[in-house]
Amino acid sequence: MTTRSDAHGGVIHDIGYRPYTGPRLGRRYATRSLYVQSLRAAFGLGRSGRSKVLPFLLLGGMAAPALVMLAIALFAHLDRMPKDYVDYLASFSVLPQIFLAAQAPVLMSRDLRHHVVPLYFSRPATRGDYVAAKFAAMFSALMIVLALPLLLLFTGAMLAKFPVGDNLLHLLYGLVAAVLYALVYTALGLLIAAATPRRGFGVAAIMGVLMISFALANLTYALNGGFNPARTSSSWAFLISPSASVEALVNRLFDLSTDDFSALHAPTGAGAAVFLAVLLALTAGGYALTLRRYRNV
Amino acid sequence: MGPDGYVEPVSTVIKTDGLTKRFPGVTALDRLTVEVEPGVVGLVGANGAGKSTLIKILLGLSPATEGTGQVLGLDIATQGPAIRERVGYMPEHDCLPPDVSATEFVVHMARMSGLPASAARERTADTLRHVGLYEERYRPMGGYSTGMKQRVKLAQALVHDPQLVLLDEPTNGLDPVGRDEMLGLIRRIHADFGISVLVTTHLLGELERTCDHLVVIDGGKLLRSSSTASFTGTTQLLAVEVTDHPVDRAFDADAVLTERLTAAGLSVRGDGSRILLVELTGDDTYDTVRDAVDDLGLGLVRLEQRRHRVAEIFSTRSDEDADEYGHEHGHAGADAHRAAAAGGEQA
Repeated sequence: MTTRSDAHGGVIHDIGYRPYTGPRLGRRYATRSLYVQSLRAAFGLGRSGRSKVLPFLLLGGMAAPALVMLAIALFAHLDRMPKDYVDYLASFSVLPQIFLAAQAPVLMSRDLRHHVVPLYFSRPATRGDYVAAKFAAMFSALMIVLALPLLLLFTGAMLAKFPVGDNLLHLLYGLVAAVLYALVYTALGLLIAAATPRRGFGVAAIMGVLMISFALANLTYALNGGFNPARTSSSWAFLISPSASVEALVNRLFDLSTDDFSALHAPTGAGAAVFLAVLLALTAGGYALTLRRYRNV
Repeated sequence: MGPDGYVEPVSTVIKTDGLTKRFPGVTALDRLTVEVEPGVVGLVGANGAGKSTLIKILLGLSPATEGTGQVLGLDIATQGPAIRERVGYMPEHDCLPPDVSATEFVVHMARMSGLPASAARERTADTLRHVGLYEERYRPMGGYSTGMKQRVKLAQALVHDPQLVLLDEPTNGLDPVGRDEMLGLIRRIHADFGISVLVTTHLLGELERTCDHLVVIDGGKLLRSSSTASFTGTTQLLAVEVTDHPVDRAFDADAVLTERLTAAGLSVRGDGSRILLVELTGDDTYDTVRDAVDDLGLGLVRLEQRRHRVAEIFSTRSDEDADEYGHEHGHAGADAHRAAAAGGEQA
């Protein structure tokens, strides 16, 4: 083979082309690699230092109050945590929402904007695999953000020697809520992010949908006499907002925060079933539409 | 197919039979039947001739409306994933995220082709070196020149050591030097790496010295498919360029040399600039030219072997038509269209 001396000043000895004879791990491995890469990208890992700031700030912001509560529970000798697990997620729900709005476009819009998508589809993984990997990655990232404070609260409860069984049960309620939040957020966030190659539009649209729907749900609730304890039918208004739906469903399902005036509750009777059906339909619908989005890319 | 993902070498790399693709209102491919052997194959056609559609169908990404096809002996309709494991694809458009380095990007793409992590890193380093990317491979790709970007795009298509690469307009946007380097690389992909190449272009001229075989399509129809040698004839030409006479300014070096060589029994003609094209009859032609130039006291600037240019074969179409087309689509498009149309007349 030739040697090449070039502008870099050195001589590079070209040892010639070596064919690859090792294993080719195929489609499932490729899908898994895309999942890992996307999950890392959701936290800015493998990208520039600047892109790590926001996701870790949000993760920290989500965990910090739980740490404070842990400390209070330990040193102030309380008999229970200042906030219950599900209530904690409802109180700080805006942080995972910002995380979704900021990072869903990182997973979807970037590939569209820089036309990387055709490179994926010219490889063994299919369009379906692509959407599945991205969905799993966003879901996992949100679960980390949602579950970390719950685990901190549980750790605090155990250190302060609160009853194990009760806390374990309520941790489980919290995790159910986290899964529901993560599912419906991911489905909506990815669908919106996949609609535009512009990251800014994606961020604004996701935040807008979540915020406005939440405001509308509360407004409708209030206008229909929601604050009159006798009229539980006004709670159907929570269906307008995905985040309010999750909170209302979980509170009703596990009979939580019944004495808390500010906590949302789904209507009694068929309410819980309808809320669950709506949330699952929203998730499935978002996923199906995202899949459809990539059919002709 | 073995467990290591290899198939036996096949005699035809691409084979289509009556391949047709209709979109609502448009027929992108019209009963295309071609057979392509291992080597470097040029797919020539004007913009919108159906080149990209054909590539999508060959990758198994878009179903054909009618007809069948095989890539590396695998059926495009049913074995898409197996094809995509063995084929590399370099798209026409930009496809590089600016905030990632070439190394990170190509490693990721290697894993997406099924290479284990360590092999992906090793192959990435090798491949980037082969395409001529050195220290800059650790920098974010946003700062790369067009030439460097094209090299990274080529590297991601080669990193998994495919048996065939599909290159969509790889010379687009490159300056003449970059273009020559890219064409040289394409030649090496087959000659040194043993990988077959299908390369598309709307510029007929640039592929004639790179490709073994040319497929010309227009409006989704096959105009011609044959070896480059049969396009250009088998006669070889020698391009000769000499300096002016060092002392006598009035001395017409080209004319005198032409006279001298003709007298020696060679067929000589000018190409319009300062290059003389001498028919190559054997190794002694080189000696004859050298001696003649030396005798006249001239300097030899260029002495290189050349084929007849493909464009010459197609240049039968009247200039008015070409001009009319040229106004709308620019010179490059006009060239290809003229070439394609002329090919049609011959077909």
